[in-house]
Amino acid sequence: MKLFEFLGYYNYWVFAVLLMIGFYAVIAKANLIKKLIGLSLFQSAVFLMYISMDKVEGGTAPIIKPDAVDQLYSNPLPQVLILTAIVVGVSTLALGLAIVVRIKERYGTIEENEILDAD
Amino acid sequence: MTIIFAIFLLTMLVITAVAIVQSSNLFVSVMLTSIFSLLMSINFFVLDAADVALTEAAVGAGITTVIFLSALALTATQEKPNSSGRGIALVVVGLTASLIIYATFDKPRLGDPNAPVHQHVAPYYLDNTMEQMGFPNVVTAVLSSYRGYDTLGEVFVVFAACIGVLFILDARTGTGPMYVARQMTGLRHHLIPQVVARILVPFIVLFGLYVQFHGEYGPGGGFQAGAIIATAFILYALIEGEQAALRAVPRSAQLGLVICGALLFGMVGVLCMIMGGEFLDYSVLMENPVTARQIGIIVIEAGVGMAVCGAMLSIFHAFAARSAGDTHETV
Amino acid sequence: MDFAQHLPVLQVIIPLLAAPLIVLLQPRGFAWAATTATAFFSFAVSIAIAARILAGDILHYEMGGWFAPIGIELRVDAFSAIVLLIISGAAAISLVAARTSINQQIEHHRQPLFYAAWLLAIAGLVGMVVTADAFNIFVFMEISSLAGYILIAGGPDRRALPAVFKYLIIGTIGATFYLIGVGMIYMMTGTLNLDDMAQRVVGIEDQRPILVAAAFVFIGLALKAALFPLHVWLPNAYTHAPHMVTVFLAACGTKVAVYVLLRFQFTIFQSFAEHLLQFALFLMPLALLGITVASLVAMFEGHLKRMLAFSSVAQIGYILLGASLMSDSGFTASTLHMFNHALAKGALFLAVAKFATQYADLRIDSLEGAARSMPLTSFAFVIAGLSLIGVPGTAGFISKWQLIMAIMETGNMGFIMVGIVVISSLIAVAYIWRVVETLYAIPTDNIPASATNVNVKSEKMDLLLVALMFTVAMNIYFGLVPALPFTLAELSSQILLQVKF
Repeated sequence: MKLFEFLGYYNYWVFAVLLMIGFYAVIAKANLIKKLIGLSLFQSAVFLMYISMDKVEGGTAPIIKPDAVDQLYSNPLPQVLILTAIVVGVSTLALGLAIVVRIKERYGTIEENEILDAD
Repeated sequence: MTIIFAIFLLTMLVITAVAIVQSSNLFVSVMLTSIFSLLMSINFFVLDAADVALTEAAVGAGITTVIFLSALALTATQEKPNSSGRGIALVVVGLTASLIIYATFDKPRLGDPNAPVHQHVAPYYLDNTMEQMGFPNVVTAVLSSYRGYDTLGEVFVVFAACIGVLFILDARTGTGPMYVARQMTGLRHHLIPQVVARILVPFIVLFGLYVQFHGEYGPGGGFQAGAIIATAFILYALIEGEQAALRAVPRSAQLGLVICGALLFGMVGVLCMIMGGEFLDYSVLMENPVTARQIGIIVIEAGVGMAVCGAMLSIFHAFAARSAGDTHETV
Repeated sequence: MDFAQHLPVLQVIIPLLAAPLIVLLQPRGFAWAATTATAFFSFAVSIAIAARILAGDILHYEMGGWFAPIGIELRVDAFSAIVLLIISGAAAISLVAARTSINQQIEHHRQPLFYAAWLLAIAGLVGMVVTADAFNIFVFMEISSLAGYILIAGGPDRRALPAVFKYLIIGTIGATFYLIGVGMIYMMTGTLNLDDMAQRVVGIEDQRPILVAAAFVFIGLALKAALFPLHVWLPNAYTHAPHMVTVFLAACGTKVAVYVLLRFQFTIFQSFAEHLLQFALFLMPLALLGITVASLVAMFEGHLKRMLAFSSVAQIGYILLGASLMSDSGFTASTLHMFNHALAKGALFLAVAKFATQYADLRIDSLEGAARSMPLTSFAFVIAGLSLIGVPGTAGFISKWQLIMAIMETGNMGFIMVGIVVISSLIAVAYIWRVVETLYAIPTDNIPASATNVNVKSEKMDLLLVALMFTVAMNIYFGLVPALPFTLAELSSQILLQVKF
């Protein structure tokens, strides 16, 4: 039981750490693609937080087994939300990459400081 | 045992994340991101989120990596060193971190069946899905029916990304001239990938269709299926070359898939309104509400699958059909 | 099918489902015509909704037939109604006026995609306003954001690209923070429906996750609303976007984020009196700083669009200042200003778009003497500028006056705040006057940047000019007859301040 509790906290701390790593990459890195990678890490961390919420001890995936009574199921709602959020994240990423490609074509570089200097 | 494994996975996630950010070679970063997604997907599975694991694997590890690599081919693979701005970044990040850690201490214990999250709304879904929908996958039930409006929004987010990429990269559709780079002949000269891929492609499509139609009985559904089928076509494009792939599924077909998928979903909703119910209230479509809901869900999942497949293909081809350095005057 | 019953849904699905169809309209001009027609339909729906609200109803709609909180619920009240009017009105007017300007800035074969994105932006914004479900807000927020990025990135100016990239990064961080906040609230309450959350938060509001959640939601939405000091993406994005896009976004883009922010604060976190007080104490100085700094920067800014963009940041400050007063009249002022600022800024940016059809360079100094060849447009700019400043007789005056009166009610601190409002209005006079003076100047030699885009040397009477004149007339009309927005604003403030238990 203690170990399970530790897992709960550990999950949450890993979420915080991943969030920070991603967020740091977005702010501190000048390369535009690195920023987008950081953004995707940042969003993945949030997904982890939501999904950690859905676990029920002793439960299983929320697909109802018709013959098993008294079966505990994990919570389906965060899963639905994260399914949506993953797709939204990929869409944003695709759009961001298209913008980066155009920036490369029109500015010749994808480092933020060089772009600022060019204008 | 599972707990040790979960702890190990989480640690690997952190290590991979640090490696991603530290590496200055963008290609390495992207490949590590793909591994990160896969680890995340396994972690989701350990946490009982089967549908999400499948989606993260298909969309996160699969499609995202492909799009990143296509974009890298058009930009640069090496990041230039730059050390300004680190101080402020660390401060901001530190503040946010402390805010989150501050919140750790009162939150409910992980896995506690009495946590607020598991009361109220979730038991309703778990108890009533079999009776109201007639199939066991609660996640699909919530996604397509109880919270179907969110899914409609999601399909349109995908649609927005698709038209956005087409708009920004100025990829022409229909009968206009196509921007296809000259040397896109694919990996035709490499025998092993070619043989293996040719065998794999039909099975991937078959698996995608399986995931699409069995979304109600097991993990799966429109999004995963769309991504998997798109992956099959992208594999074909990588092996046979852009021109062959665009002959197989022309740009107009890709865009058509997206539009038809999105409209199919919307029209089902409107049909429900016309037949007297609320928007997306499938139970009015037929006499028996349970069957009506199943039919409604199958149709909208098909719409979702079509839209996602078409969008992913459009986005991939928009990136892949360009080569670095080409100017884009009309041919 | 009973239309009246389905009004909230129709508001969202009319633009949403029209968008994929627009993409198919390749022939020239069809995409624009269809999009404008759709926008007018949307506007008609908003008017119908507003009529129902003024008659005393609150509109509820259960999506999919599922009751809340099992399903997603739509809920439209007075606050939503006024914001819906702003969004669909701004969309309709800017689309009607858009044809010449967009034809000039965006190639024909890309226009169907562009107009489809515009409809998605409208759908996303109205979707955020009508829903009563926290996660649904996130989904539609992302639809409107993605569509917004597409619209801004469309123009010929290459500086739009880094601007929109920065907006994308900041916007996504904002949306993700919002998601974290909602996740934490969900973790503690088990529901996503706003009203339900409000009920279930009672009793646990002191616990840390809720407080942290409130902070995350606030920061996320503040990023989207361009609240000082998180406004950094706004000036460049507005400046380098295609001109008609700036008209639309300036009128309603950030206001919807402010709407969601106020909804959250006053629906869910309402029961904690001290929390609300903290919120006010925190928000007020930020708002005041925003007003002051942004107005000062605008005064020294040389590019016409960027100056107006900073002015927008200042105006958001006014809106939030009204909200931070926590009083009935404060909220009325705040909501009213959302409406009136949309009118004033919309008119100003329409004038800029019209200038842009003739002049290539929009730096203020380059527009010297423009009034001679574009008299109507310059006159319109003057009137709209007066409305922005808040001169009596214009719409802007009504909301500024209401704001000042609301501040006076708070007592001693009030004098400082009134002082700041008055001083910033004077600064607005300064920057508007600078433009007007340049426009009407009679130089010893001759005129400004030569027209590189259009060969006409005279002011063509086209839809853009008509829309501009109409909007300016609206500014005067609502300045003299403010009944409609005023009533809706008062109703909104009553709703926001209501205690629910």
